[in-house]
Amino acid sequence: MSDGPNNTGLWQIAWRQLRHNRFAMVCLAILGLYTAVWIYAEATFWGARIRGVTPAYKVSNYDIRNQPPSAAHPLGTNFAGRDNLSQMIQGTRIAFEIGLLTSVIVIPIGFALGAVAGYFGRKIDTAVVYLYSVIDSVPGILLIMAIAYVVRSVVERSEAFQAITRYVDSGLLAVCVGMGFTGWVGLCRLIRAEYFKHRERQYVLAARALGVSDGAIMFRHIAPNVLHLIIINFSLRFPGLVLTEAVLSYLGVGVRDEPSWGAIINDAKQRLWLGNWWELAGATAAMFFLVLALNIFGDALRDALDPKLRTAEAKTA
Amino acid sequence: MGAYIIRRLLSVIPITLGVLFITFFLFRVVGGNPAYRIAGKNASPARIAQISKERGYDKPLFLNWRNPLDAQFPRLCLQLVRLDFGESMTTKQRVSTMLREGMLPSLCLTTPLFIIELVLAIALALVAAFYRGTWIDRSLVILSVMGMSISSLVYIMVAQFWLASEWRLFPVWGFEGPQYLLLPILIGVVAGVGGSVRFYRTVMLDEMNQEYVRTARAKGVANRTVLFRHVLRNAMIPILTNVIVAIPFLYTGALLLENFFGIPGLGRLTVNAVFNGDEDVIFATTFIGSVLFVIANLATDIAYTWADPRIRLK
Repeated sequence: MSDGPNNTGLWQIAWRQLRHNRFAMVCLAILGLYTAVWIYAEATFWGARIRGVTPAYKVSNYDIRNQPPSAAHPLGTNFAGRDNLSQMIQGTRIAFEIGLLTSVIVIPIGFALGAVAGYFGRKIDTAVVYLYSVIDSVPGILLIMAIAYVVRSVVERSEAFQAITRYVDSGLLAVCVGMGFTGWVGLCRLIRAEYFKHRERQYVLAARALGVSDGAIMFRHIAPNVLHLIIINFSLRFPGLVLTEAVLSYLGVGVRDEPSWGAIINDAKQRLWLGNWWELAGATAAMFFLVLALNIFGDALRDALDPKLRTAEAKTA
Repeated sequence: MGAYIIRRLLSVIPITLGVLFITFFLFRVVGGNPAYRIAGKNASPARIAQISKERGYDKPLFLNWRNPLDAQFPRLCLQLVRLDFGESMTTKQRVSTMLREGMLPSLCLTTPLFIIELVLAIALALVAAFYRGTWIDRSLVILSVMGMSISSLVYIMVAQFWLASEWRLFPVWGFEGPQYLLLPILIGVVAGVGGSVRFYRTVMLDEMNQEYVRTARAKGVANRTVLFRHVLRNAMIPILTNVIVAIPFLYTGALLLENFFGIPGLGRLTVNAVFNGDEDVIFATTFIGSVLFVIANLATDIAYTWADPRIRLK
């Protein structure tokens, strides 16, 4: 491949535009920092897991409970004498795990259903539209709660699922399944609309005339043209997931035995009355900067990759 | 148009059936026989069998070959269609009474909250669109995104702790008069307005890039007139969509605010019902919610014809 002018694909153009957006670049740097923290947190978590010891952030020390910020503990300690800063760091891991695990459910469902609905139209489309209209007509947080509640009780009751809880917190799994099975609707709508457009395009007609199978057209020919939608959708959905997890934590269906930011905020509520505000402030700040950076960067990414999408989204929202 | 409305109203049936199917599946198939939840942990098998028989949990789930209507799911649907919502298994009250009592507090909270937020958001969006590209616009956008990035829990906790309990500007908890609603409404508006401003600003800027705006400017219409007469009128469609579809959720209440401030509304009712596995309450609220949602969607389409005479419903 040469570096000819024809070689500037969608991604290069988008990157060029993003690079000139100073705001977006600052946010990208913040996201990079969070990613580094996430990897560090995974490493400490799995390191302790493999060695079979309790990870440092879970070791209680009741002699130093609820301490204010100091040199040894920049964010103070919590009710069990655990260092708040390392709790926040593990919270980053939980936030990323929620984002990824939920997307593992959302992307295949949303993409596959949107693709077949948009490509085949007719009865399949009617069925898919029916399915997401049903999910849309239940208040989102209620459905998530109900699914999470049921999933958690099933996981904790059956022995087959017990094995999974050794690797994933049962509350975390429940939250992700709940948000996953309700969250695919938006992506499905986008993909469906895009496949509607693409199925009439010349390259698709040509492929069909050549006898390429429907499956290959859908997933090999059209799919690369809608890939950017999945990425935009992911980056704009991620902040919502982090915020929803906090609400679910308050409602009692959130992550259980791990320090998610939502769980920390809910614990911190009681400590406010003791004048201990740094725990709440720490978790809020950790969450705020990640969500803010994702929001701004997601917007910039969308504008760079698909400027028309902004209003399209606004009109169907 | 009449035929269109009737056809759309008929779509309430499949949608509501689907919603009920999902809730039924979650609570009675995946969740198991509810008799265990009613009877408690150490109930004898005889007691379970008795409750199952009384409440019909011993019948087939979906299909009874001998008598198609004598299975759990069809019976539930028939019962709801007759607007018989059953009785709560935790409080032993009629669910319809509970809903009636919870509706007023919920609406008292959500309706003003919704209207204030809507008016404020559209006003701010108009300001941002009017001064687009200047520091006013940019700071409004940044403030909106920042406001969206803070968990609503934090708004509630901080306001309840400092404004209400430390500085005693508002009552902390309860529902005994209008002053008890002030702080929840304030928090709701602050927490929600950011996202709405951003949304409406996008909608308006999109309209401002249209040809007719350029034409209006070219013939010398004042900037302000363009914004209020032309842009706002054309931006009505997306605004209406957003507004009308949100209306059914007014009735479901504000889960967090009701819980934190002890407002005995439907949000709190539903949350408690999910945790106690109080199915009849959940079936009733999701049933009413989905019916209202379908009707609101229809109302949006009808409102379109009013906002934009070019649209005809077929």
